[in-house]
Amino acid sequence: MDSRSSEVAVQAPPRSRAPLASTVNDALKIVIVGGFGVGKTTMVRAVSEIRPLSTEETMTGAGIGIDDTGGVREKTTTTVAFDFGRISLNERMVLYLFGAPGQERFWFLWDRLFAGTLGAVVLVDTRRVADSWYAIDRLEHHGMPFIVARNNFGEPEHTLPQLREALSLSDDVPLIDCDARHRASSKSVLIALVNHLYALSTARETSP
Amino acid sequence: MIREAIDGENPDRLYTVTGGRSRADENAFDLVTLIVSESDPAPGMQSEHAAILRMCRTPVAVVELAAELKLPVSVVKILLCDLLDTGRIAARHPSASVVRTPLPHPEILKQVLVGLKKL
Repeated sequence: MDSRSSEVAVQAPPRSRAPLASTVNDALKIVIVGGFGVGKTTMVRAVSEIRPLSTEETMTGAGIGIDDTGGVREKTTTTVAFDFGRISLNERMVLYLFGAPGQERFWFLWDRLFAGTLGAVVLVDTRRVADSWYAIDRLEHHGMPFIVARNNFGEPEHTLPQLREALSLSDDVPLIDCDARHRASSKSVLIALVNHLYALSTARETSP
Repeated sequence: MIREAIDGENPDRLYTVTGGRSRADENAFDLVTLIVSESDPAPGMQSEHAAILRMCRTPVAVVELAAELKLPVSVVKILLCDLLDTGRIAARHPSASVVRTPLPHPEILKQVLVGLKKL
């Protein structure tokens, strides 16, 4: 305690959060994917115990050719920025929530950044449903389990079954409404995802 | 496809910080590997190394270090490799990335649910 004041002068950059308990030894990931302005960061902020932070990952051209890049040859660097927050689950586990842009170049970094992710939430803006098609397609491609949440502020124009049809979403993928501004609503989205993962996981455990 | 260069960051700084190296062992650290200091900063130590040791007196995830230091994740991984090699930090790796199964174990998910419901 009394040594603290003498350390102030040499402190690291200010940390905008409560530190994790020293006993925490396992970190988990959930990714919220959605187009620009759909409310990813809003949802992270609603449930995170820290103010959402932002960082970036870079990738050089060498790693890019593994997917279709339309004949890019020269060495280039691309940068993807993403936001995140966290939730301490218990004295041993912490959950990191990432808000990730659904744009094309982001998916090149999926394996590097999000291998081992529990599951994903696709956050849908009903005015731009097409933005979500690509994300859903890519998540299926990566074998990443997900649910879809419609961020809904106001009277919805379409019913959820209509939206499911517009997204060509199969019946076994949960589709729910939410208001990303509200903690309780965002929390229920995460719980819906984990319930879905739990059902998938127990089904696998019990299958021969 | 390649729309932007990393022009938000000064390349000279990135070069200096990493001593010119461009790659860490990609598998050494996950985005959410928790880093804990095993020693205090020593005089004369590179300032980024010293900052990491100060920040990690309690566990801090790699991605949080990157955000706080305002460096790309891959650069932070290189810095962490140095500190791990010299025994100055310990790394607590996420269990999910070790197992590499498509779905997490139900028991882990149960604990996540309990934690979320307490929110």
